[in-house]
Amino acid sequence: MSVLVYINSNSGIAKSAMEAVTYGKKLGGEVTVVTTGSADDTALSALGEYGASKIMVDRSVTSEDPQQITSIIASAAETTGATTVVFSHDLTAKAVAPRLSVRMKAGLVSGAIDIPQGDTIKVNVFSGKAMGLVKVASEKRIISLLPNSLQPETGGDKCSVEEFNGNAGDARIKVLDTKKPEGDIPLPEAELVVSAGRGLKGPENWGMVEALAVELGAATACSRPVADIGWRPHHEHVGQTGVAIRPNLYIAAGISGAIQHLAGVNGSKVIVVINTDEEAPFFKAADYGIVGDAFEVIPRLTEALKKFKASN
Amino acid sequence: MKILVCISKSPDTTSKIAFTDGNSKFDENGVQYIVNPYDEWYALVRALELKEAGGGSVTICTVGSATDDAVIRKALAIGADDAVRIDCEPTDAFYTAMQIAEYAKANDYTLVLTGKETINYNGSQVGGMIAEAMDLPFISLATKLDVAGSTATAEAEVAGGIQICEVELPAVISCAKGMAEQRIPNMRGIMAARTKPLNVVAAADIQALTTFESYELPDAKSACKMIDPENMDELVSLLHTEAKVI
Ligand SMILES: Cc1cc2nc3c(=O)[nH]c(=O)nc-3n(C[C@H](O)[C@H](O)[C@H](O)COP(=O)(O)OP(=O)(O)OC[C@H]3O[C@@H](n4cnc5c(N)ncnc54)[C@H](O)[C@@H]3O)c2cc1C
Ligand SMILES: Nc1ncnc2c1ncn2[C@@H]1O[C@H](COP(=O)(O)O)[C@@H](O)[C@H]1O
Repeated sequence: MSVLVYINSNSGIAKSAMEAVTYGKKLGGEVTVVTTGSADDTALSALGEYGASKIMVDRSVTSEDPQQITSIIASAAETTGATTVVFSHDLTAKAVAPRLSVRMKAGLVSGAIDIPQGDTIKVNVFSGKAMGLVKVASEKRIISLLPNSLQPETGGDKCSVEEFNGNAGDARIKVLDTKKPEGDIPLPEAELVVSAGRGLKGPENWGMVEALAVELGAATACSRPVADIGWRPHHEHVGQTGVAIRPNLYIAAGISGAIQHLAGVNGSKVIVVINTDEEAPFFKAADYGIVGDAFEVIPRLTEALKKFKASN
Repeated sequence: MKILVCISKSPDTTSKIAFTDGNSKFDENGVQYIVNPYDEWYALVRALELKEAGGGSVTICTVGSATDDAVIRKALAIGADDAVRIDCEPTDAFYTAMQIAEYAKANDYTLVLTGKETINYNGSQVGGMIAEAMDLPFISLATKLDVAGSTATAEAEVAGGIQICEVELPAVISCAKGMAEQRIPNMRGIMAARTKPLNVVAAADIQALTTFESYELPDAKSACKMIDPENMDELVSLLHTEAKVI
């Protein structure tokens, strides 16, 4: 069996890319990586350490045109004879994998959280409230792996990087401009997240949340009403109708823990809840709970972290 | 401009998620169905705004059985002109998308809008698949959309930021938060929805590519460990030694 892993290397090699290659390796057989983007050969060849035996790079596309990327992956699959294509379930995968599924007549399993068990693959459904086991009926398959579902594993050696012409065709989407996201750490990829809700009373009180996030090296998030009333930018809204995240640590202060909020964060490995109301539903989903006033607890936690960092 | 808005139903966001038949089927007992929020709040409302500004028509398209008609009427109450239901069980994303693509190809739409994802299956698959089947450009996860003449301008989330882009219509666009504000249907809309055309068309012969064999519920969380609000050193130490996340 031959596996093809697609990676977007426009903003360097993300951890999710290393996860996707590790996943490909665990499927068994030879793993080839096909990539578009601007990462240099040295960075790309390091993917060999995660199990890739070859990198094929097509540098002809500079934008995120899903049709062009689909064409490149389809020709790479043909060249390598791959019957499985692996993506990390990120923004590029959401735009490209469905197109590729139709192009290759390959069943698409999106949001995979584990390696296949027999002929089924486990995915998250119902916004993380359940898991489903999906079976692919077609001969070829595409698996889009939810970030943070497995740890990248090294053990291989650097591998060769070859220029590849995937016959991308013309772009049909004309890019006029790209706005960089605010904040240093994009929320969907963050491993540590500090989040706050209506309990904080007003936008002027977010300074302490940001200070805690900076101390931790975490991204910031918020509940939906907080984004809706404009206290925080929309891209920070997590939950059923916002961004779904699966960080290692999610700290929620002044958030009640409504079911729609939980739907976007219940994949977090560890949840810490800070709330004045001991009856707040969020405590049922938490690993560590603090019944207390966020205005006192957050600064205290920031101080404790400073102390911890100084002594370690 | 003729706009087609793809609407799916999803269980009310507060529904209890459970399974029957040896964990092979979603337990619909006591479940209320709503219009999938992304389809309603973002795709449908933006389509209506574009029609209000530039004229044309908005048609709702659902792949589903007669039990979905109630949800389709809810969407009609928000303001679409008419609806079409492709009569079958939407077995997987590929099957669903091919049904919509067949219908859309035969009926000349300028713009096909979908939601970001269904909140039950969370696949984000159907929109891109429709686009590929129709050989149209696809803008994924658009947060803003405007149309001038035969050109659409959109903002969309891509790796590394927000991309502002332009595309020649026809095109397929999936809609995410930011695109529009939720509209609450008024009494007049609800009354009018009862008599708006809901056309039922036969399904095309398509083979699904995937099936859900069974479902599982996540393990119950172990009890939450309570920590003294005065003692954040203890929390930090637990996060380091026990949870190993810092
Ligand atoms: C279809 C649908 C989709 C939705 N999608 C989402 C979604 O994606 N994301 C989302 O977040 N919500 C979503 N919601 C809204 C959701 O139901 C809740 O209304 C929302 O999450 C509540 O936000 P909150 O916890 O910030 O505010 P509140 O519910 O007002 O809770 C504030 C909390 O702060 C606590 N508090 C007050 N003062 C303090 C203090 N000084 N220190 C510590 N704690 C304090 C209170 O005890 C309370 O628990 C959705 C709703 C619907 C109907
Ligand atoms: N059965 C259906 N009928 C019509 N549109 C659908 C159906 N299922 C999904 N869609 C559309 O496709 C989008 C993405 O769905 P999904 O790929 O399941 O996440 C939804 O937001 C809807 O706009």
